[in-house]
Amino acid sequence: MRRVAIIGVGATEFGELWDSSFRDIGIEAGLAAVADAKINADQIDALYVGNMSAGRFIEQEHIAALIADYSGLARDHIAATRVEAAGASGGLALRQGFLAVASGLHDIVVVGGAEKMLDVSDVESSIIQSAALDQEWETVLGATYPALYALIAKRHMHEYGTTREQLADVAVKNHRHGSLNPKAQFRREITRETVMGSPMVASPLRMFDCAPSSDGAAAVVLCPLDEARKFTDVPIEIIGSGQASDTLSLHHRRDICTMEATKAAAQRAFKMAGLTHKDVDVAEVHDNFTISEILAIEDLGFFAKGQGGKATEAGLTGLEGEIAVNTSGGLKARGDPIGATGLAQAVEIVTQLRGKAEKRQVKDANVGLTHNVGGTGATAVVHLFRRG
Amino acid sequence: MKVGIVSYGAYVPRYRITPEEIGKVWGTDGKAMSKGLMINCKSVPSPDEDTITIAVEAARNMMRRCDVNPRDIGALYVGSESHPYAVKPTGTIVAEAIEAAPNLTVADYEFACKAGTAAIQTCMGLVGSGMVKYGVAIGADTSQGAPGDALEFSASAGGAAFLIGSENVIATIDKTCSYTTDTPDFWRREGEMYPRHGGRFTGEPAYFKHIMSAAKQMMSCMNTTAKDYTYAVFHQPNGKFPSRVAKQLGFADPQVLPGLLAPTIGNTYSGAVPLGLSAILDEAKPGDRIFAVAYGSGAGSDAFDITVTDEMARFHREKAPTVKELNSNLKFLDYATYAKFRGKILLGGD
Repeated sequence: MRRVAIIGVGATEFGELWDSSFRDIGIEAGLAAVADAKINADQIDALYVGNMSAGRFIEQEHIAALIADYSGLARDHIAATRVEAAGASGGLALRQGFLAVASGLHDIVVVGGAEKMLDVSDVESSIIQSAALDQEWETVLGATYPALYALIAKRHMHEYGTTREQLADVAVKNHRHGSLNPKAQFRREITRETVMGSPMVASPLRMFDCAPSSDGAAAVVLCPLDEARKFTDVPIEIIGSGQASDTLSLHHRRDICTMEATKAAAQRAFKMAGLTHKDVDVAEVHDNFTISEILAIEDLGFFAKGQGGKATEAGLTGLEGEIAVNTSGGLKARGDPIGATGLAQAVEIVTQLRGKAEKRQVKDANVGLTHNVGGTGATAVVHLFRRG
Repeated sequence: MKVGIVSYGAYVPRYRITPEEIGKVWGTDGKAMSKGLMINCKSVPSPDEDTITIAVEAARNMMRRCDVNPRDIGALYVGSESHPYAVKPTGTIVAEAIEAAPNLTVADYEFACKAGTAAIQTCMGLVGSGMVKYGVAIGADTSQGAPGDALEFSASAGGAAFLIGSENVIATIDKTCSYTTDTPDFWRREGEMYPRHGGRFTGEPAYFKHIMSAAKQMMSCMNTTAKDYTYAVFHQPNGKFPSRVAKQLGFADPQVLPGLLAPTIGNTYSGAVPLGLSAILDEAKPGDRIFAVAYGSGAGSDAFDITVTDEMARFHREKAPTVKELNSNLKFLDYATYAKFRGKILLGGD
C-alpha cells in the first residue's frame, strides 16, 4: 500500500447560498482545491463525490459525471464516482479516494462533497434526511433525527448525569470557534441562555442543540506521498483510515449511549497509524446535535464514557484545551451540508496542520482526526492526518 | 408639470389579535414570535369587511379631505392580492361609491404586496401625459395566512388611497423607479385559499435584494443619502425586515418610526406602504422629504422620492381620521372569533 497525502484543499462558504446552484458550489470547491494543489486538470485520474440526496433535494442524480463535466473534465473521461452513506457520505468518499491512491490504481484523485439542502421546504428537508434512518422501523412510526438523538441525550443524562447546561456548552464552544472561521455559516458567539431559551425541537434538544441545514461544498486533492513534494511544501499525510457499520435502527443497539461504529472505525484508524487517541492534537467530530459531540469525544477515547459533558463544561475541548474539538465551528456553527461535511472536516484539519488556521489555530498541531457519522451511528468513518 | 399627491385617505379595521393568542392554539411560542417578528398585534377585518369595503372607506376619506369634483377623476386602480372576485373588478364598486363613474377607466392590479404603488405609478403616467386630470391609486388587502403557518402571525387588513394630480398637490413625487425580477418567493394559485411561500427564501434573495436595489437606484439617481430625507417607509411584512433595511441604508429611528405600522397593525400587504405613507403625511410639514420603497413578491420593488409642498399647510387633514386615530379604540379578539371572522371555520355544506 502506498502512503497518501493531501496536497490541496478548497471549500465554499457554508450557509444559504441562494445565488449558487449545486453544480456551481461543486465546481467552486473543486477548483479551489485544484488551484491550491497547483495541478492541471489533465493530471486528475479520478473524482469521488460525497453526496447524500441530490436526487431528492434538487432532483438531480448522476452527479459525479455532472461535476466532472462542468469542471471541464468530460473530455478527459476521468473515473467519476458518487459515494453515499447519509451524513458520512463525505468521509466515505475521502476513504474511497484514499484507497484508490493507496492501492496504486490512481495517482491524482480529487475528492469532493456537496449538498444543496435549502431549495426545498423545511418539512421536505426533514423527510429527506429521515431517509437515512430505518424507514420500516423508525421513520414510519414518526421518528426523526432530532427525536432519536433526543432519546440518546435523555439516556445519557440518566446514566451519567450529563446536564442540560453541558449540552449547551457544546453549542457555545462551537459557535465561539465558528466566530473565528470566515467560512462558517454562523459567525456569532452565543451563550448558554441562547441555547436553553431557544425553541424546543425534541426534549431535551432545542433549536441551538441542532446543526443547521446548509448549502455548501468542500474538496481535497490526493496524491502518493512520495510525489507530494512536487506540488506542496507541506503535504498532509493520511496516516489512518477506518470505517465501520452498525445496526441501522437505534433500538437494535446494545447501548444507545455508545456508538460502536465510531469505536470500531477509530480503533482501525489508530491501528493503521500506530497511534492512540493521546497523540491527537485537533479533532473535527460529527456534532449534528450537541449530544453527538459528547458521545463522539467519549467513543473516540478522548474521555471516559460518561465524562464527555463534564469535560466540555471544564473547557477541555476548546482551542486551548486538552484536545481541541471542532475548531471550524463543527456541524453546529460551520454548517452541515450533509455530503460536504466529511470533506469540510478534512479541509479544517489540513488547514490546522499547515498552521494556517489564523485566529483559531491550535498551537503545534501535528496530528489531526476527523470523525463522520451517518444516521444515528450506522456508519462511522474516522481519518487520521499528520504533517508529512 | 409637477405630478404629485392631491389628497389621501386611509382605513384599518378596528379588530386586533395578538401573536400570543394565535400561538396558544398552534403550540407555538407566541411571545417569541412576537419578539422575532416585531409584531405586537395585527388587524383583522370583521365579517362585513373585505378589500372592497376597505378600498371604499380609504377612498371616501381621501375625497373628504379635498374639494375635487369626483367627475374629474379619469382613472382608478385598486391594487390587492385579495380582490373578493376572481372575475369582476373591485375598482368599479369603489368608483361608484365615490361618484367618479362612469366616465373613467378602471382596473384591478395584482403584484403581491406592491400592487398599490404600481397603481400610483400608473396614475403618475396618466396625469403627467395629460390623459387624465386626476387618477386614484389604492392599495388594500385582507391578506390570507393559512392556519398555523408563520404568515398567520402577521397577515392583516387595511388600505390607503391616493389622489394623484398636478394642481394643488400637497406632495410632489419627484421620482419613481423600480427593480423587478422573476423570483418565486411567495405565491397563491387560482382557487387556492392560502398563499405558499419559500420560508427563509422570502428574506435575503427576495425582500432584501429587491428593496435594497430599488433604494440604492433611487439614491444614486437623486444623488441623495439617508440624511436628505425627513421620513422613510419600507414594505413591512413584519417590524424586523423594514427596520433592518432602514439601518442598512443609514436611516435612524425618528425617520422610520412614524411610518412603521407593522408592530401594531401587522402586514397589510398591498396596503402596507400606502398606509405607512399616509401615517407620515398625517404629520409631515411643508418641505419634508419622504423616501418610500414598496416590495411585492414574485418579485419587485417600487421606490419613490416625495417632497411635501406648501399646499400641505392649507390641506384639510382634519376632515378624515388619521392612521393614529384609526389605530385606536381597538377590540381584541380571541382565536375562535378571529377564525370565524376570517372564514377559517368551514361549516357543513360549505
